[in-house]
Amino acid sequence: MPQLGADMTAGKLLRWRKNIGDRILRGDIIADVETDKADIEIEVFTSGVIERFLVQPGEKVPVGTLLAIIQEDGKPAVAEPGHIPLVAPGLPQPVTPTLLPPVIAARPPLMERRPGRQRISPAARTLAANLGIDPGSLAGTGPEGRVTLEDVQRAEQANAAKPMPELVLDRQARMRQVIAAAMARSKREIPHYYLSTTIDMSRAMTWLTQENLKRSVEDRLVYGVLLLKAVALALHEVPELNSVWIDGKATQNSDVHVGVAVSLRGGGLVAPALHHTDRLSPGELMKNFRDLIQRARAGSLRSSELSDPTVTVTSLGEQGVETVFGIIYPPQVALVGFGRVVERPWSVAGQIVSRPVIVATLSADHRVSDGHRGGLFLAAVDRKLQEPESL
Amino acid sequence: MTKDELKEIVLHVLGQIAPEADMSQIKPDLRIRDQLDIDSMDLLNFVVGLHKELQVEIPEADYPKLVTLNGCVDYLAIRKKIQ
Repeated sequence: MPQLGADMTAGKLLRWRKNIGDRILRGDIIADVETDKADIEIEVFTSGVIERFLVQPGEKVPVGTLLAIIQEDGKPAVAEPGHIPLVAPGLPQPVTPTLLPPVIAARPPLMERRPGRQRISPAARTLAANLGIDPGSLAGTGPEGRVTLEDVQRAEQANAAKPMPELVLDRQARMRQVIAAAMARSKREIPHYYLSTTIDMSRAMTWLTQENLKRSVEDRLVYGVLLLKAVALALHEVPELNSVWIDGKATQNSDVHVGVAVSLRGGGLVAPALHHTDRLSPGELMKNFRDLIQRARAGSLRSSELSDPTVTVTSLGEQGVETVFGIIYPPQVALVGFGRVVERPWSVAGQIVSRPVIVATLSADHRVSDGHRGGLFLAAVDRKLQEPESL
Repeated sequence: MTKDELKEIVLHVLGQIAPEADMSQIKPDLRIRDQLDIDSMDLLNFVVGLHKELQVEIPEADYPKLVTLNGCVDYLAIRKKIQ
């Protein structure tokens, strides 16, 4: 069970998308997993043939639990499954530092979470899966807290009596809880420092208007895409902000995957990665951005999108605020906030003129960078936005 | 096509963007944005949706005419030459 973000401790397998014996390629979607935030499509990080499933649909297991055994290409088959290199689908390769176990160990336990496997009778498990009941949510009345068939039946009766909106609320309550845990951990562990600068957006907005005149409705850009690209390029100049802090030290990421904070209808938020933000053109970014927001709101994100962000950008201008004072999403070490684009008096060559401006803020981890470097970063974002045609 | 049919289409497209909302509760003369928590990406999807349903390309400069349901229907009626 991959850890899809620092705030995840367990996941429920909803279904396998492949069968035993199927040939799979790296990047294929192998399963759907439900977390407190969303239903996630799990991508596989190796190519080979599926040998066994160790977790059945409906089971909720802690992060790190082996889900399946894949016979990797080019490696000899071994009769004893316990000794072959085991591959848990979705677990990142060792080079990806975002999801290392120490993060899990360092995280405070969530309420109502039971570590280890749940005790449940096979019949109860099958019934729960058929009814779509999460056995992890049941208090077992059998020996040693084992969940029995009766427990599941009781839960089903209780569910049947409950109107649908309550189930939705339950999801929101759980999401509130995971956000609370991640943000509390961030404020407890990360010595934040905050910087702010006001950026003249007149060139960027003029360029955008001209550019959108040339584009069909589907291909039009929003200014947020320019902000994302500017941040991604500025990170090349101050790469230590594109790091993760794990186990007492910072590890710089060579790729830039900007996590985009997306507020969900009805409350809560997710910040999935817009992969390779620095390498895509504004048009490509826009396409991926739209798709990402749509899927985030529909609750169908991919595992890599939740595990890969190397920095987060949050833009709260839509709600009318001018300045964002963000909290870093661990194990990341920086968060960039943007407010609303507003018309303000601006001094140009001794003349006061009206200009569209935006306040950009940086919340950064002082263990990894200093204010001077943070300042250089915001200056770089500003500079990039003055050359919108090169974004 | 009548204006009422046009209104139905607009509400249908809005419903896809804000599936949780009850479209019958939309007040036709108040800003849609304030009633449905619409952001700029939603607005873009709204314009794209209208384009798909009605084959009307709405330039960015005309977005301010789409702020209310009635404004939307009036604007689209002109663009589609509907009385």
